[in-house]
Amino acid sequence: MSTELEELYQSVILDHSKRPRNFGEIADGAVHVHGDNPSCGDEIDLSVKFGADGVVEDVKFKGVGCAISQASASLMTMKLKGRSEADAREMLRAFHDLVTTEVADPPRLLGDLRLLAGVRKFPQRVKCAMLGWRAFEQALEQKSGDASVSTEEA
Amino acid sequence: MSNPTDWAAVRADFPILDQQVRGQPLIYFDNAASSQKPRAVIAAIAHYYERDNANVHRGLHELSSRATDAYERARAKVAAYLGAASAEEVVFTRGTTEGINLVAQTWGAKFVRVGDVILLTEMEHHSNLVPWQMLAERTGARLRFVPVLDDGTLALERLGDWLTPEVKLFAFTHISNSLGTINPVAELCRAARAVGAVTLIDAAQSAGHLPVNVREIGCDFLVLSGHKMCAPTGIGVLYGRAELLEAMPPWHGGGEMIVSVSYERSTYKKAPHKFEAGTPNIAGAVGLGAAVDYLERLGRAAIFAHDLELTQQALAGLDALPGVRVLGPRGERGGLAGFVMAAAHPHDLTTFADRHGLALRGGHHCNQPLMKKLRLPGTTRASFYFYNTRAEVDRMLEILAEAVRFFA
Repeated sequence: MSTELEELYQSVILDHSKRPRNFGEIADGAVHVHGDNPSCGDEIDLSVKFGADGVVEDVKFKGVGCAISQASASLMTMKLKGRSEADAREMLRAFHDLVTTEVADPPRLLGDLRLLAGVRKFPQRVKCAMLGWRAFEQALEQKSGDASVSTEEA
Repeated sequence: MSNPTDWAAVRADFPILDQQVRGQPLIYFDNAASSQKPRAVIAAIAHYYERDNANVHRGLHELSSRATDAYERARAKVAAYLGAASAEEVVFTRGTTEGINLVAQTWGAKFVRVGDVILLTEMEHHSNLVPWQMLAERTGARLRFVPVLDDGTLALERLGDWLTPEVKLFAFTHISNSLGTINPVAELCRAARAVGAVTLIDAAQSAGHLPVNVREIGCDFLVLSGHKMCAPTGIGVLYGRAELLEAMPPWHGGGEMIVSVSYERSTYKKAPHKFEAGTPNIAGAVGLGAAVDYLERLGRAAIFAHDLELTQQALAGLDALPGVRVLGPRGERGGLAGFVMAAAHPHDLTTFADRHGLALRGGHHCNQPLMKKLRLPGTTRASFYFYNTRAEVDRMLEILAEAVRFFA
């Protein structure tokens, strides 16, 4: 068995993919962003409720797709809830670094999201890991209403 | 064919297969996406560039006439391979997709009108769907689809419900690239003729895998890609019945397709040349000619029998794996196995397989509407060719059994 595979599909990641946390939709007062990876068919519907000063009050997602896209979104929702806008932006940046470059000491802020570091050995899967985050980035940009994002330009 | 083929010796014709991937012997099961190339094809292309390369049809020097001969010889070989009435019925294209677009944009633009129906099936590859959507948008024609049944075959018993006199063109695949279904193409063409519809067959998955004879099938157009049948990428064929090709306007304008040009207007060559503007992919055509020779030597019936044997072995093994469901019909079918594994999404499974040296394809296989209809996020596909072995299928089944445990 390849160790890279074991690093990519750690038990926590497989667990989140099979039993995603914060799975659902926030009906009222939330930003809704639909994100997709057209080439693989992964889809995420993210709801984010921002409080005063841009605090992430609540965040939920629904989706279908590979273990990496779903686990990454699930872990993301757990870590984002209650964060200030500045922290959330910092996590977005740090997570992107984590899955694309060799980071010696990933920030503690990321918590269990650090388990996704194995993705960087699989460049074709980076967009899977980033799907939920791309949707969150869009939610941060607009703060209200509905939108959609795609990992490929339409 | 009196002697059984020595498939191990045939496999040795493919240098690329003899390598390790991620520390494991390569198992190449992505043949429905693109096949590998035998030495004979690689050598024919090298020989062309080392000895004969020049532009075709216009130079008066020795190399140009050799290049022209090689190019036109390849056309004649393809015509014979497909059972066409003449080489003039063979248009070289970049591949299946370009062939379909050519028909949609020339024949379609001239003959398809508002209210006409373009009949397709629910199992078409995007390449045999999107060009018709574009044509429908331009002309006001309507699209209609023959449904796919649960067993992966077309709803043929009710074909008459969809194949009505308003149908101007019926375009369908010979072998489904995701289900493996072999459609009864001769029967479909007969039914289409009875209502006056023109037929187009997408032979991308069949042309290199089983005997295909356009006159026995009775189709009007047939398209194929060289790279799926041992030839290089960037070369393909549009077969069209002479009468239809003649009635079609040219496609791209430029050199090579004209008889005479003035500043105001031009006159065009006859088919196939009027569809081949600009310098063509000469080396690609030479490679395709060599591929056709190679496949003819093996015999397409023998290739089909070999593919089918591996497919049946794979299907039996996949059926025995827990949580695995195979798509498509049983019995006689194309040399591929599309399946879903409850424990793993196709992309996770193909990543897993790749780390074991096994090349599978995972995803929607350019069949997005079909996957949606089947309520699948995609499938994983193993597709075979004559150089694959029973031992490789066994190894794949071991790797997949390991995946069932790993993702459980």
